[in-house]
Amino acid sequence: MATSEVKSVAFGLRHPKPWRPRDPWPLAAGAVALLVATPILIVVSSIATPSLDVWKHLWETQLTELIWNTLILIAGVGLGVAVLGTGLAWLVTMYRFPGRAAFEWLLILPLAMPAYVIGFVFLAIFDYAGPVQSWLRHAFGPGIWFPDVASPGGVVLVMTLVLYPYVYLLARAAFLEQSEATLEAAHALGANRRKVFWKVALPLARPSIVAGLALALMEALADFGTVAIYGFDTFTVAIYRVWFGLFDRGAATELASLLLLFTLTLYLLERSLRGRARFYQIDGKARPAIPKKLTGWKAWTASGMAGLVVGVAFLLPVAQLILWSVTAFGGPDYDSRYPVYMLNTLTLGVITAAVAVAAAVVVGYGLRLSRSRLVAAFGRIASMGYALPGSVIAVGVLVPLAFIDHSLDALLLAFWGTGSGLLLTGSMVGLVFAYLVRFLAVSCQTVEASLVKITPNMDMAGRSLGVSQGGVLWRIHLPLIRGGLCTAAILVFVDVIKEMPATLLLRPFGYETLALRVWELTSESLWQAAALPALTIVAVGILPVLILARTSVRHDETSVS
Amino acid sequence: MRSFAFRIVTALTLATTPLLTHSITALGAPKPREVLVYSARIEKLIKPMFDAFTEKTGIEVKYFTAKEAELFERLKAEGSHTPADIFITVDAGNLWLAEQAGLLQGFDSPVITKNIPAHLRAKDNAWVGLSVRARPIMYSTERVTPSALSTYEALGAPRWRGRLCLRTSRKVYTQSLVATMIKTLGEQRTEEVVRGWIANMRRIFNSDTQMLKAVAAGQCDVTIANTYYLARLTVKDPGFPVTVFWPNQNGRGVHVNISGAGVTKHAKHRTKAIQLIEFLSSAEAQNLYADANYEYPANPAVKPNTLLLDWGEFKADTVDVAAAGALQVAAVKLCDRAGYK
Repeated sequence: MATSEVKSVAFGLRHPKPWRPRDPWPLAAGAVALLVATPILIVVSSIATPSLDVWKHLWETQLTELIWNTLILIAGVGLGVAVLGTGLAWLVTMYRFPGRAAFEWLLILPLAMPAYVIGFVFLAIFDYAGPVQSWLRHAFGPGIWFPDVASPGGVVLVMTLVLYPYVYLLARAAFLEQSEATLEAAHALGANRRKVFWKVALPLARPSIVAGLALALMEALADFGTVAIYGFDTFTVAIYRVWFGLFDRGAATELASLLLLFTLTLYLLERSLRGRARFYQIDGKARPAIPKKLTGWKAWTASGMAGLVVGVAFLLPVAQLILWSVTAFGGPDYDSRYPVYMLNTLTLGVITAAVAVAAAVVVGYGLRLSRSRLVAAFGRIASMGYALPGSVIAVGVLVPLAFIDHSLDALLLAFWGTGSGLLLTGSMVGLVFAYLVRFLAVSCQTVEASLVKITPNMDMAGRSLGVSQGGVLWRIHLPLIRGGLCTAAILVFVDVIKEMPATLLLRPFGYETLALRVWELTSESLWQAAALPALTIVAVGILPVLILARTSVRHDETSVS
Repeated sequence: MRSFAFRIVTALTLATTPLLTHSITALGAPKPREVLVYSARIEKLIKPMFDAFTEKTGIEVKYFTAKEAELFERLKAEGSHTPADIFITVDAGNLWLAEQAGLLQGFDSPVITKNIPAHLRAKDNAWVGLSVRARPIMYSTERVTPSALSTYEALGAPRWRGRLCLRTSRKVYTQSLVATMIKTLGEQRTEEVVRGWIANMRRIFNSDTQMLKAVAAGQCDVTIANTYYLARLTVKDPGFPVTVFWPNQNGRGVHVNISGAGVTKHAKHRTKAIQLIEFLSSAEAQNLYADANYEYPANPAVKPNTLLLDWGEFKADTVDVAAAGALQVAAVKLCDRAGYK
């Protein structure tokens, strides 16, 4: 149950052995976090040498608009995904209505779709020259009013539809973890379902909802594809403009640092709001809550709402993509290399998911055990990469890798007479590292959201029975947070298979993926040809999403004996 | 519980194995008969020429496609160890920039001198233009009479209020157009023109194709776009109600840009790289350029695709295309000041 800080808990945690600086877990956490934070720190360090004339130019022209647009994005998408994600999660976990079992996993599917693909499909369908408006003009005359799709509202809508599954997934997991006993107690004390939601379930699920919200917002802030298609200038657009238009990479990274400042502010805001509240669920393994059956119009409204979201965010774009693949000029873009693209995409996804989850466990557990502010700070910086545009991270990774390569080469050349060439630059190691920098936030947020729900009493019990720190993690925590680990792995996997900018810059020579295929074709506006690789990404992404839907939290309830 | 732990370890081991093997194979020595290309032109638009080259010479062409800026950063970071022999990109500004950054090397070639006019390449052939892309005015055949059109500058006149669609100034195509205008008209006059456009602007687009469709659908009446986008739409729908107007024919001519190539400074297969660029300038490859993407050949001995001939001949602006590179920053800042997004 959510309890306020219980002093004895914190005291007890430290009781079995006094903490020493050479405790391995905090140290490992610090090392991993520092490694991942390095490219981000390189980006931030650009602030030390500001390009004053570029800033002056931005200040005189578009800085106000940038900040304003970014705030619109944060507020709009934040509100949108919080309401949609939490609402739908509550609906499918607490009520029974026609199609509920299917909606439970169908609602996750938009996650498999790259945001800019949905963005473009919507624009193609609903824009002035698109079929809907053309038909309306044909039927009702040219004066017919239709909302402007390429508007701030359009951007917020598209991003909400793509990003709500983060909140939905984590909130659903949290609601499922809430035991029937807790909710029953609230009922017994006279609360109705609405009151249970607002007073018990929602506050208890808060770490999960906030984690989902943070991921959604960071992805919205880092998005370039969608906002560019909609002509909505945010920081990412400005970063590219300064970088590739004014050829000032320094100023571009300074802008990126400002973007990080936004993220940091949001994070600190949440932390201060959360205050000293704790979210342990002491009897987390009890029976889950029993859904209430909805009848009549209420049942159909529930089905209708869930159906509308799935229809607009997933079925409609998929239908359009299928139509395009079939009618693509010169046939769909398919050749014998497609299985290779798929295999490459899968390989990158699986490797990165494994690495990112392992790193998140190390960082998460290290932070749990450590009181060091330094480790905590690195951990925080390391999980900020998600708010940075992929290209900025890619260069942040490329520069140190190339530096290491060139130094090593020079060293070997001097001593042995033969250099090593490029070992890391353009290698899988470099690429996976870049993904880790970008996506550690995803696995960390998810793993941490699970870990905070385990009461430190568990740690104490384990330690007092003579189990080592590693043993506690291995034998108590990991089995308990298995659902969270699975969610983290799949979120990272899906993010990687959709990722484009870092792959584009850092991939090994001759290594092609589906997302690159989509980029190749869309960069020349060959959207119909791009429909096939885009659909394949969705197909590859759906598979783990389905696994997730089956194995997520529900399994845990029977796992620990 | 133990089995869960075991599965994690197994999964991690399995997952990281390809990681290592890939790094190790990356160390393998390059095969001799090949040339490696970094290309900002997408595969679809470059592979036909590479295939023809391989068929003719037996030299294999390996390519790595990405956006010009990414390729640029990668070339810079790889330095003397770059695997790339050739850098192919669109827009003279980008080629100029690569030359300025010391990423390319010049070479002597009588073939290039013969095939490609001097204003479409660097003096020492550090970069060589291989196709020409015209960016004229395009208009709705249903709502505009061509006699109403004259120059790029005249699109700022009040008669076009609310009727002009524009490609975003984030795109290098727009930046180069504005940069060459600064070169000929001066910064002050250009800013007046751009402000005129913005006053008339109905909407700004992120894609030439979407923009041309908007003109066809009636959202606006005139625009400035690259001809090959219109060509693709016209091939699909011969009745597409938009056509080309060649502006500034009594003055400097139509704005043209190029796509081109250069030999990288640290090319490991320099001779083969030059051989490939020479081949790309030949009549055979130039015809492929013209047919693969409806661009205008850079080699004056080669005729454009018949579809392009329908739009008639035109006088092209022969301002040094690299000027666009030198003035790109000024152009971007000018657009920002004028509110051209």
